[in-house]
Amino acid sequence: MRIIVPLQGIVQGRGGLILGSLIPCALLYFLQFYLKRNRSSPPPHSPSESSANLPELAEIPRSTSRSTLSTRGSLRPVPVSSRAIAISKSRDSAYYTGLKKSLEDPYHPTYNPDGIIQLGLAENQLSLDIIGDWITANLQKSLLGEMRGDLNIRGLATYEPFDGLWDLKVAMAGFMSQIMGGSVSFNPAQIILTAGATPAVEALSFCLADPGNAFLVPSPYYPGFDRDIKLRTGVELIPVQCRSSNKFNLSIAALEREYKQAKKRGIKVRAVLFTNPSNPVGGLMHRETLYDLLNFVTEKNLHLISDEVYAGSIYGTEEFVSIAELLDTEDFDKNRVHIIYGLSKDLSLPGFRVGVIYSYNENVIAAASKLARFCAISLPTQCLLVSMLSDTKFIEEYIKANRERLGKMYALFTEGLKQLDIECCKSSGGFYCWADMSKFLQSYGVKGELELWENILNVAKVNITPGSSCHCIEPGWFRCCFTTLTESDIPLVMKRFSKVLKGHKAS
Amino acid sequence: MARGIGLGAPLSKIAVSKAHGEDSPYFAGWKAYDEDPYDPVANPTGVIQMGLAENQVSFDLLEDYLEQHPETASWSSGISGFKENALFQDYHGLQSFRKAMASFMEQIRGKRVKFNPDRMVLTAGATAANELLTFILADPGDAVLVPTPYYPGFDRDLQWRTGVKIFPVHCHSSNGFQLTLHSLQSAYSIAEASNLRVKALLITNPSNPLGTTMPRSLLEDILNFISQKNIHLISDEIYSGSVFSSPEFISVAEVVETRQHKNCDGVHIVYSLSKDLGLPGFRVGTIYSYNDRVVTTARRMSSFSLVSSQTQKMLASMLSDEEFTVKYIKTNRERLRRRHGYIVEGLKDAGIECLEGNAGLFCWMNLTQMLEEKSMEGELRLWKMILSEVKLNVSPGSSCYCAEPGWFRVCFANMTEETLEVALRRTKVFVEKIKGRKTNVIFRS
Repeated sequence: MRIIVPLQGIVQGRGGLILGSLIPCALLYFLQFYLKRNRSSPPPHSPSESSANLPELAEIPRSTSRSTLSTRGSLRPVPVSSRAIAISKSRDSAYYTGLKKSLEDPYHPTYNPDGIIQLGLAENQLSLDIIGDWITANLQKSLLGEMRGDLNIRGLATYEPFDGLWDLKVAMAGFMSQIMGGSVSFNPAQIILTAGATPAVEALSFCLADPGNAFLVPSPYYPGFDRDIKLRTGVELIPVQCRSSNKFNLSIAALEREYKQAKKRGIKVRAVLFTNPSNPVGGLMHRETLYDLLNFVTEKNLHLISDEVYAGSIYGTEEFVSIAELLDTEDFDKNRVHIIYGLSKDLSLPGFRVGVIYSYNENVIAAASKLARFCAISLPTQCLLVSMLSDTKFIEEYIKANRERLGKMYALFTEGLKQLDIECCKSSGGFYCWADMSKFLQSYGVKGELELWENILNVAKVNITPGSSCHCIEPGWFRCCFTTLTESDIPLVMKRFSKVLKGHKAS
Repeated sequence: MARGIGLGAPLSKIAVSKAHGEDSPYFAGWKAYDEDPYDPVANPTGVIQMGLAENQVSFDLLEDYLEQHPETASWSSGISGFKENALFQDYHGLQSFRKAMASFMEQIRGKRVKFNPDRMVLTAGATAANELLTFILADPGDAVLVPTPYYPGFDRDLQWRTGVKIFPVHCHSSNGFQLTLHSLQSAYSIAEASNLRVKALLITNPSNPLGTTMPRSLLEDILNFISQKNIHLISDEIYSGSVFSSPEFISVAEVVETRQHKNCDGVHIVYSLSKDLGLPGFRVGTIYSYNDRVVTTARRMSSFSLVSSQTQKMLASMLSDEEFTVKYIKTNRERLRRRHGYIVEGLKDAGIECLEGNAGLFCWMNLTQMLEEKSMEGELRLWKMILSEVKLNVSPGSSCYCAEPGWFRVCFANMTEETLEVALRRTKVFVEKIKGRKTNVIFRS
């Protein structure tokens, strides 16, 4: 299976790869084509890993004002909260629209060769087979044994610590250290485990800021932050623009400017949130910049949140430096520093829901451990991971192989783009490249960018993420994920791109 | 000395607030247990945990199932099956799992209702489900009516991050602490008069901590009430599979179906596998809503508390195995009934009466006669005595906001029968001692 197509729910049976995948796959496509032709009702939602981000526009009646009208008698609808209304009415960015469209018409080499190729989802499928092999070799008996052991133990034990089993915290601390190059160690007692990095970021935001407060976020940034942070906490995000002239690296001067501006507007900034390795650019933050950041937040008495979910997904020659490393060597107040981590990226296990809040602040740890009650990791998954993460030899092999595969795919993909006269900002980590297609814009601005994006989506049938969805201030940059492809897919992708770009060549 | 240490960067109001409610005696008792846990061999004088509503009487049934179906715990369709599952983070949830949950919930209700899997939103536990619904149905400052006594965790689940207020609807021993239409209407009026906007009513049926189920007539009254006030109803039915004697459990779903789904867009049910299946660690909860928009909104918001795809897959096959679920539900009920009978008899023998209950994992004990002072302080003093002298962690009614002092919740399903026996013996001794003290006092004066 090259590009994974949505098969969840169908491929549950015991069939082998061929039976289990191709036939249900064919059935699914026939079903989709049939329904498309006869569409009077909303399309069936194709179960897929990416629709976690989807708008549900098709399912609810568009008369969203229903909820606020109080009409006669017993037929008036019961009102919902303003937060609920906000979700329904939120204008979905191209990021989400593109994901949705790709699901409706997903590419498959045999059954849907003209379908949309999904390059908008940061998922790494390059090394899952390695993990699958480990599971096959180690799990069959062990999970059962672990679970039974655990079930037995709980006959005598107390309630579950909702912020995670101690054994898993220990294994996770070791894993984080290993995957970040071994230059820093992590303390299990500072770990709060959560059902994914998404609730980790939200819970941390709840701890550090009140509604109406703001975080400064170097841009372009991960589109999901807008939903994850703003939705229920009421915290605002203020983009701090990074420039191509500076390779999209953070400038402390820009940070200062935005901080002052916020102050003028009467907005209380509580933290700086940055992703390192960065998303969507894929750059690694330099040690000096980290140092300057620590100085900045110290001076302004802010918190610092380092989202390091891609820490293990680096390639190339540059080494990743965690903020934790600086705290080891430099003399800063650690109480303001917090790290977000998870296994959705580095171990390709987004379905298992495993995230980490790592904090040096005992009050944050105390509050977050209670918040973890709302987003705890499922026990069988915890058991599985204690085994896997403790197998340091396996992790070592995995890290090495994964980095090689990432690096190779990055090189091939960016080379392909280069042939089309598209340059990329140099990336050293993540699952994507940050491509400069500004020369192909009919008009230099967000409008031109979205026009190009739409053409690429509808004509070239490739879904990539436009920079405007990531709050990038320079139009024409696009994030292209390459980790769901195989090498042989790349020529096809480039061919599709060229179809549209030829027509867009700036005069 | 590290730079920048002074006051430090401030934390949020939520981080420093006590609105999580975890400082109450309900949770404090657990700490006492943690520090000195009973063990029949290693620590026979330790604290016996009777404040934790967990079901451990039917584990062996689950173990047997896993033994006979080892494929449940693995990805039998090979690596591709594993890959699909590992990447699956769709907030719709696995369809096979939703179907299995729906069918399990139907089974519990004797197949008297039908649940549509597309109306199920999965969450990591009922805790997340209740909070999620509160975020969706109410704004900060709004109120949710909750009959007392109620599960102490609701303070955290409904109020902490949401900014919503619980407005208690007090119930009284004079009618067995049953909720009445009159008390609902009265509470609603008082809330509105104090400028609180009531947006929903949350009932727990079967009730925690009472261990009783609601009669159909009351459910009808409730549905009429919410319809009239145009507010939502959250029916937390987390103990629905733990109804072990009559009267039979009636879910609000049944009443909705009798009314042919008219006016039901304010009705939402919360369920979980933590109690009925004894799997709190699995973090499997669900919201079942009759309101399309709530379903859609809840689904999106569930991104913050998704159920592990591994767990969904594992349980999908187990819960759709009707042979297993029928046997499990039946056997679990019988065992709970036996346990319940045993503890009620034992308490009676020690001179303690309980509210007559037919469900749940606990009894509602009447210790009003043992209070030196009929007040909350008196109750807490008695509670501390029970904890330190009898070494039993039971939950004082005040932590459940009970309007009358002297009632305590005691759990019976989270320990072995032997341990329960020890607990009952200790209780008997204690009650006699208290009686003795009271008699002495009379002599001296």
